[in-house]
Amino acid sequence: MKKQPFTGSNSLLSSLEHEGVEMIFGIPGGAILPAYDPLLDSPIRHILARHEQGAGHMAEGYAMATGRVGVAMTTSGPGATNLITPLQNAKMDSTPLVAITGQVGTAAIGSDAFQEAYTTGLAMHCTKHSYLVTDADELPNVIHEAFHLASTGRPGPVLVDIPKDVLNQPTHWYEPSLTGLPGYKPTREGHPKQINAAIDLIESSERPVLYVGGGVINAGASTELAEFAVAVNAPVVTTLMARGAFPDDHPLALGMSGMHGTYPATTAIQKADVLVSLGARFDDRVTGKVDAFAPHAKVIHVDVDPAEIGKVRKAEVPIVGDARLILRALLDRVLSLRDAADAPTRQEWFDQLDSWRKSHPLSYDQDPDGPIKTQHFIERLHALTNGEAVVTAGVGQHQMWVSQFWKFSRPRSWINSGGLGTMGFAVPAAIGAKAARPDDLVYALDGDGCFQMTFQELITAATEDIPVKVAVFNNGGYGMVKQWQSLFYEGRISATSLGTTIPDYPNLAEAMGCVGLRVTHADQIDVTIEKSLSVNDRPVVVEVVTDPEEMCFPMIPAGGSNDDIAMGPEDL
Amino acid sequence: MQHTLSVTVEDKPGVLARVSAMFSNRGFNIHSLAVGPTNVEGRSRITLVVDAPELEQLKKQLHKLVNVIKVQELEPSETLEAEVMLVRVSCDPASRGEVGDTAGLFAARMIDLSPKSMTLEISGTPDHLASFLDHVRPYGIIELVKSGRVAMKKKSDVSTSLIGGGTR
Repeated sequence: MKKQPFTGSNSLLSSLEHEGVEMIFGIPGGAILPAYDPLLDSPIRHILARHEQGAGHMAEGYAMATGRVGVAMTTSGPGATNLITPLQNAKMDSTPLVAITGQVGTAAIGSDAFQEAYTTGLAMHCTKHSYLVTDADELPNVIHEAFHLASTGRPGPVLVDIPKDVLNQPTHWYEPSLTGLPGYKPTREGHPKQINAAIDLIESSERPVLYVGGGVINAGASTELAEFAVAVNAPVVTTLMARGAFPDDHPLALGMSGMHGTYPATTAIQKADVLVSLGARFDDRVTGKVDAFAPHAKVIHVDVDPAEIGKVRKAEVPIVGDARLILRALLDRVLSLRDAADAPTRQEWFDQLDSWRKSHPLSYDQDPDGPIKTQHFIERLHALTNGEAVVTAGVGQHQMWVSQFWKFSRPRSWINSGGLGTMGFAVPAAIGAKAARPDDLVYALDGDGCFQMTFQELITAATEDIPVKVAVFNNGGYGMVKQWQSLFYEGRISATSLGTTIPDYPNLAEAMGCVGLRVTHADQIDVTIEKSLSVNDRPVVVEVVTDPEEMCFPMIPAGGSNDDIAMGPEDL
Repeated sequence: MQHTLSVTVEDKPGVLARVSAMFSNRGFNIHSLAVGPTNVEGRSRITLVVDAPELEQLKKQLHKLVNVIKVQELEPSETLEAEVMLVRVSCDPASRGEVGDTAGLFAARMIDLSPKSMTLEISGTPDHLASFLDHVRPYGIIELVKSGRVAMKKKSDVSTSLIGGGTR
């Protein structure tokens, strides 16, 4: 038999193996076909998603659960356009992703060929960078650059579009290099002068707050953060993306701030005299009305992306670099000036924070005979799993409640769509996370509206032997949108009701090869959770029929000042 | 306020699209744009004139593009800049002489002539071109096309100070 030539496809697979890729989430099709042949002989596992959006979110879940680069592979045209949402999601949440897309043959590009889309053009606004490979000899370097770009500096998605003839082109593989990136040199070390200036400001502060974002998780800086917070004796606020970066049971923890944040966290920032932003980007859900945000604070802004500094809020002390290295440098600086035990006590400030904790706690009211409150189920799940699950969420009320009521203790145990707010993220992201960490319990906490956007990926989970667990909080509608209609549109409920009976979730789950459960009464929550935890050979879906009238508080109306926190509808 | 930026980029397909896409994405306004190769192989220079109240965020966003190598803001006082303009001026044999004289004063070159018009090519600073236009406008401008502005940093002040320092 004639020896098959080594082609672009072989080079692609060799390159992915060289980058240490262990799994790819994807769907084949015409233009990417050649790459799927050598995949059969590769040690890389392929997980066959049921929709390319699902493949992309799985790759994101994989990346967020591990810190490694997630890989999605799809065909041209619709395969590529279906990846756009995950790409933008990964861009907004700084998730390292490499997307490989097939493209029509080079000669057909621009001719409106079958399944042609201008993929690199579409990806221009929703990736960190993108490539169109026109010569298979470039593949080793391009793939190496793609992984380097995705995983360094501010992480993000990189797309590599490969025409079919390039995948079929005879070529050779070589050890790649990074010589092709003359303009890309992310700063890692913070400037020593700025480090000293930051410490001077923090040490003399009476009311400091550490405002921690997802960058701390990306940088793997949780240990350094905890040491630093104690060394400077400052309370810690975590953004939605940073839940888990700092343990919620730590005495310095204030929880999440912002639109649905805790009263102490949001108010601490409003009253702070020094705000230390660590890998956070002053998102509008955090700041509310920018002019009224942290009005008394001098800002120290630490970010690996220089463009974030000064974008929303002027920084008195800007520090560009890696959050872990900078926290280490800040810590070293403090300890060069004094002993750790000699931190300012700031008694007045901590007394104030404690009084807010007591006067404005997170709360809900679970009537033992009434409808289930989502918050209650979340607290019971936390209790029955010792808080050791990796939890994912969709977007909306349920997402905010998980963020509020799940007490996080470790980084990479919370996987959600923050910046883009992509409904339907929870199920595929959980599958990616569970594939990455098969020994960990992965529980998707999803809303019924979100679930109906991507639930078909449970077929992927069942057939690929990825036993995730999913709780679907069924309140019969798009709860958060309905909440806004109730509060700001005189209760005129428009297109936010989904009904509670169709689909029949347990039957739907069973039809997809999962175990389907339903809980309708609070006294059945524990036994249902235990049942879900006892199944390990298949995915489990638990329909939790919840109170359709429950609203998410605290709340700051969009564009409002963070000084005006509504603890309930009566405050609006 | 107008600012001139000199952006050195990798000479690769799609780089200009990335730069202009970033401008539209971030809501910045391009007044003029010129792009061309430089003396270094594989490097192109994009000269941008932008309308922006402040440049810091714009420069950072440009830097964030992977193919952008260098972003330099050119201060008017230390910048050499030029534009090229082709302008077709209405004139008949009677007025041809006056238009030709004006062109001569501004070092504009006649490149096409018809019984009813004269087409002139002129290059120079934006002020030079504007002033020329003021002088030929009364004859009637039939058609006009202008290139984007190109610019680079002046070096002559540096050599002057060296001479002053007595190095010769």
